[in-house]
Amino acid sequence: MLKGGLYPSVRFPQMEAYELTRYSIFSLIKQGLIRHTGWKRAWRNPEPKAAYDVIIIGGGGHGLATAYYLAKLHGIHNVAVLEKGWLGGGNTGRNTTIIRSNYLLDPNAHLYEHSMKLWEGLSQDLNFNVMFSQRGVLNLCHSKAQTDAFARRGNAMRLNGIDAELLSRDEVRKRIPELDFSDQVRFPICGGLLQPRGGTARHDGVAWGFARAADQRGVDIIQNCEVTDFIIEGGRVTGVETTRGKITAGKVAMAVAGHTGVLAQKAGLTLPIESHILQAMVSEPLKPLLDTVVTFGAGHFYISQSDKGGMVFGGDIEGYNSYAQRGNLPTLEHVISAGVSMMPCLSRVRMLRSWGGTVDMTMDGSPIIGKAPIEGLFINGGWNYGGFKATPGSGWVYAHTIANDAPHPLNEAFTLERFARGRLIDERGAGANPALH
Amino acid sequence: MTGQPWRLENGGHIDRSCSLSFAFDGKIMEGHPGDTLASALLANGTHLVGRSFKYHRPRGIFSAGVEEPNALVELRTGNRQEPNSLATTTELFDGLEASSQNRWPNLRFDFSQANGALSRFLPAGFYYKTFMWPANLWLTYEHFIRKAAGMGIASRESDPDRYESRSAHCDVLVVGGGPAGLTAAMTAAEIGERVIVLEQAPHFGGWLRREKRTIDGSPAMDWVDAVSTRLSAMADVRVLTRTSAFGYYDHNMITAVERVQDHVPKSDPFLPRQRLWSIRAKRVVLATGAVEQPIAFPENDRPGVMLAGAARTYINEYGVLPGRMAVLQTNNDNAYRSAIDLLDAGARVTAVLDVRDHVDGHLPNQVRDRGVPILQGYGVVETKGYFAIRQVLARPLVGGPVRRYDCDLLCVSGGWAPQVHLHSQSGGKVVFDAEKGCFLPSEARQNCVSIGSAAGLFTLKDCLKGANGDDVPEQAIKPTWSLPNAPGRHGKRFVDFQDDVTAEDVALAHREGYVSVEHLKRYTTLGMGTDQGKTSNVIGLAIMAKLKGQNIPAVGTTKFRPPYTAVSMGAMAGRAVGHHFQPLRRSPMDNWHHDNGCKWVDAGLWRRPHFYTRPGEDVNSAALREGRTVRAGVGIVDVSTLGKIDIQGPDAAELLNRIYVNGWKKLAVGKARYGVMLREDGMAYDDGTTSRLSENHFIMTTTTANAGPVLAKLEYYLQAVWPELRVQVACVTDQYAAIAVAGPKSRDVMQRLIDLDISNDAFPFMAAAPCCFAGIAGARLFRISFSGELAYEINVPADYGQAAWNALLETGREDGVGVYGIEAMSAFRIEKGHVAGPEINGQTTIGDLGLGGLQSEQKHNIGKSLAIREGLIDPARPAVVGLVPVDGKTWIKAGAQLVENPDAPPPVAMLGHVTSIAYSGELNHPIALALLSGGKERAGEELYAAFPLRNEAVRVRVVSPHFVDPDGERMRV
Repeated sequence: MLKGGLYPSVRFPQMEAYELTRYSIFSLIKQGLIRHTGWKRAWRNPEPKAAYDVIIIGGGGHGLATAYYLAKLHGIHNVAVLEKGWLGGGNTGRNTTIIRSNYLLDPNAHLYEHSMKLWEGLSQDLNFNVMFSQRGVLNLCHSKAQTDAFARRGNAMRLNGIDAELLSRDEVRKRIPELDFSDQVRFPICGGLLQPRGGTARHDGVAWGFARAADQRGVDIIQNCEVTDFIIEGGRVTGVETTRGKITAGKVAMAVAGHTGVLAQKAGLTLPIESHILQAMVSEPLKPLLDTVVTFGAGHFYISQSDKGGMVFGGDIEGYNSYAQRGNLPTLEHVISAGVSMMPCLSRVRMLRSWGGTVDMTMDGSPIIGKAPIEGLFINGGWNYGGFKATPGSGWVYAHTIANDAPHPLNEAFTLERFARGRLIDERGAGANPALH
Repeated sequence: MTGQPWRLENGGHIDRSCSLSFAFDGKIMEGHPGDTLASALLANGTHLVGRSFKYHRPRGIFSAGVEEPNALVELRTGNRQEPNSLATTTELFDGLEASSQNRWPNLRFDFSQANGALSRFLPAGFYYKTFMWPANLWLTYEHFIRKAAGMGIASRESDPDRYESRSAHCDVLVVGGGPAGLTAAMTAAEIGERVIVLEQAPHFGGWLRREKRTIDGSPAMDWVDAVSTRLSAMADVRVLTRTSAFGYYDHNMITAVERVQDHVPKSDPFLPRQRLWSIRAKRVVLATGAVEQPIAFPENDRPGVMLAGAARTYINEYGVLPGRMAVLQTNNDNAYRSAIDLLDAGARVTAVLDVRDHVDGHLPNQVRDRGVPILQGYGVVETKGYFAIRQVLARPLVGGPVRRYDCDLLCVSGGWAPQVHLHSQSGGKVVFDAEKGCFLPSEARQNCVSIGSAAGLFTLKDCLKGANGDDVPEQAIKPTWSLPNAPGRHGKRFVDFQDDVTAEDVALAHREGYVSVEHLKRYTTLGMGTDQGKTSNVIGLAIMAKLKGQNIPAVGTTKFRPPYTAVSMGAMAGRAVGHHFQPLRRSPMDNWHHDNGCKWVDAGLWRRPHFYTRPGEDVNSAALREGRTVRAGVGIVDVSTLGKIDIQGPDAAELLNRIYVNGWKKLAVGKARYGVMLREDGMAYDDGTTSRLSENHFIMTTTTANAGPVLAKLEYYLQAVWPELRVQVACVTDQYAAIAVAGPKSRDVMQRLIDLDISNDAFPFMAAAPCCFAGIAGARLFRISFSGELAYEINVPADYGQAAWNALLETGREDGVGVYGIEAMSAFRIEKGHVAGPEINGQTTIGDLGLGGLQSEQKHNIGKSLAIREGLIDPARPAVVGLVPVDGKTWIKAGAQLVENPDAPPPVAMLGHVTSIAYSGELNHPIALALLSGGKERAGEELYAAFPLRNEAVRVRVVSPHFVDPDGERMRV
């Protein structure tokens, strides 16, 4: 039975022995008085069962969010999330945490804006502070042509009901005087497109928050369990082979950013995806220096400051296909030269850590979320540079798709078939060239 | 001046004959050359240097190297201010200014120390559990959290210093100039290998500088000096001190940063501040040494608690006594060297607490013989003092009465951690050695080897070759990571000092299921500080392993990521910052444009004349005037930036056939043709004219933006897809200056300068020919028109571009020749409905652009097969249309979206968008091009060009995009 009885909670048969503590300032104080000895596991550590209604492969943000919404919104609780390593160990824990819905094309705008709306209530929904900080995302522009392109996007956002502001050079300067407004600059700043509701969130917290909330709704989260093969019978997926044995399921859903192509191949599918390395970096912790997420318009560079004080930044993918979660120096040099050129005071700031993640680059720069060509199998992948911001929205539409065996209107454009049909969602008009997305 | 009360009279590698003055928190003190900021502070009796991240606890100097978690200061001021600088590695110079950080208002009285009192409510990850109500207050909570977090304050000004980067190659790269590294370097150098040696400290010697050791009976530093002097003199050896190897990348590339001028009071403007080295080595020798590990005992973070090795470093390297009354807590023999050196330096050692039950080693016995009590099986259970340690309370580990020892220094040693970071970065594995209690490098993935203490070989015998050190036998270490509190006590046992992560936080992480190494790290922030956990990661891991009932290898270790020590972003960026961020490309006539009042516009890396100013004009009036000059007579514009690709070979026409949508085989010699190419996915990619100069020789022009990418695409197809084609391509963009000459009088002017008959019959529209122009041989003339007027384009070798330009201005004077910039040029093309970058935006097909008719059905070309996918031929696709304002005067804005009702509630259906705008000099009203869904059928319809970003919507009428001379008669006369 639930102890204390202060907080209402839903309980499911799978978790008879499991007690949960609601997080709040009161529980924190109460636990403080007993030296935090009363906190329970944030999520259980169950042995995999022989069968589930739904298996989700991949315990990152997207997979965990999918499990959460399956249980919360679709009444499907008999769900396993299988993670080959530790939760959030893929791109969820490696990205630069930027959240925005400043998209031009309708399908993108609607999907990411739905996600944005979920972010706006996520901490309360999950009862886990994911530190969603709507400090604004500002894209700098450096030429008339770029300003026109940003205006096009900003106007489209506004007409789609998404917040956007076109800032002049002076307005940008007032907001962030540390950017390079000197006459030494190679590409002077003309202005910028600001999405005030954009921002950042604590990436690890997102995985943990979804994990805890999904677990509380009966989802089995199983770490250190790698899927080695699909079981396909009569053209239908009926389960998976794992390093911890065979598990059967009515439906199997992939959410393995960075390895979508590899995993899909085990089901005999070849996807229009290339895997690339994307490096990210963080500086030493500093007192507040930058209150907005800023992207450079004259080079590929984006930066924000974490709540701990580190400047978190990134840029281009490496120039070759790879699954190594490590990059090389030339990209680092290039990215940082863009950063220092954009914000010269960064020059004396020290880079503390750099790391690489494997990103699935699709041939139009937009993700694939929907049914796979094999019955009972679902694909969520190909998030290119930016899957993190989509986490709740992606899980929400994916759960809908799995539960109903049909996509939600928000993700019906993001099919695998769109490549064959030429229904591309090419936000940047870069074509089938991941290095340009 | 305070004097230096803690400076020893003798010893240390400092220069007592010279005094350096420096300031810490405004207080002026003195030190000597050879000091670090930390050693100078200690010489002046200052242990308290900082505050911790979360609880703002007073913290002192803990180490003597890069592993320092506490002694972080803001160095220098103004535009050179550097937060989070390590006092322990900052070389002292005269006039150095440093301040403590993360405290307010001052170091001794810090308001935020209240966090310490509330610490029981602020365990690891507390922020995930609160600050959620009310939801809209998070930004407010966060504002204060951010202010409290962070460490130092960064300068907000531009860095005045300069950085540079260098590449180097060698046979053997040795990282680390201690005994092992020097021996390896000498061994390689002696057999004639090209050797580079990197040492992060200002001097070679490593731990030999820090201890009283002998080699072959003489002071060890004699050996170091002899070897390093010999190495420096060898022709194929490069030795770099103050150079920290921080990254190990693919293909045996090590990156290092050399601090060229960080140690000098006034920088030499002709030298960089720091230099980034990228060194590709055939073989890498990692002699990176080891870092001493502490033991987490209750209240182990007071100023005056110091690593044992650091204590003897301050004595031996800097001639500073870190304390007069010391206690040592250890689990190994090695740390007893500190007790001996402290005694030799005149300090009292009140007790040695050794967790081992039977201590009978060579070094411990020396200490015992000098009357120091060695308490076997003892551990610290509490410490007293606030700004400085005053007393240690110790107790048998098996339980028993507490003993108290007064002290002003508590040395701690938990053994040594080999610095396997670079080995791990290179892809190599690490294994845990349970006996030595540390991770060791194992299997290497690149051509590298770890030696000396970096490989867990801690004796001089393991490091030297052909020389003998004064090793003494040592008893085995007893791996110990944390000591318990006394029953009923809850003293904080800090694992990660900087981030205030305690053993209890690790236990909380375990309790809540954050048990994988990465979860532990991320949940508690263990090892996430500026020291990257050099003294905390292993302890945290060990505590977690114990809680899980597993051994350390079963829990695992995190991957080490670059950089090993933090690197300034300036060094990483090198010279490619500010106006050097990207090269600036200039046309051969750049100087003329500049001297004649042009306003520039960036076009990729190029700068191009936007318009030429006259008093009282803005861009629009200037462009109108320039356009009128052309239409009334003749004007010239610099088009040198357009891409020019020389294509030669028997299969040149075949290549063009495969690249462009239209056919090229039948193009006659001496003719130009407009071509458009597709991207592989069927979208329009680039356009331009290509001319056949001879049977097997074409010159292709591309847009300015795509000059490089198109060439790369041709190279790719020729090398990877069609190697059988006998064609060579070369970029000649920079080899030719290009000038467009347009206007009804252009023929008259050109004819006077050229050796060809260019009458309409002899040189009709789309003719092309080599020529001699204004006496310039090797020129090429094309009768092509972007402006829609009668026009020519003349290309001359780049060096003669200015001469050709001058000749046109001179010769055309009587015809009123003028110059025009790309604003006027753009207005011409918009009036003509010619598509350009804003329309060929990567999202449009040739059908959308009105160029669908160009696609040849007779042949195949890149992108053709994907261009017929249903999504690319959908009738609802956008098409290029013209727009005019219904009121005949309001400017339409580029980037406006076309809608039927701008005031409808969102989402508003968008039918298209405005791509290009101009003021038509011919029509005398603003015009625009747009991409509009189902465009052609909408001619005559009225829509709104909505610009909600400015709360504007202009009523527009859809018209043909060919505003002026729709049949193209003017350019054919």
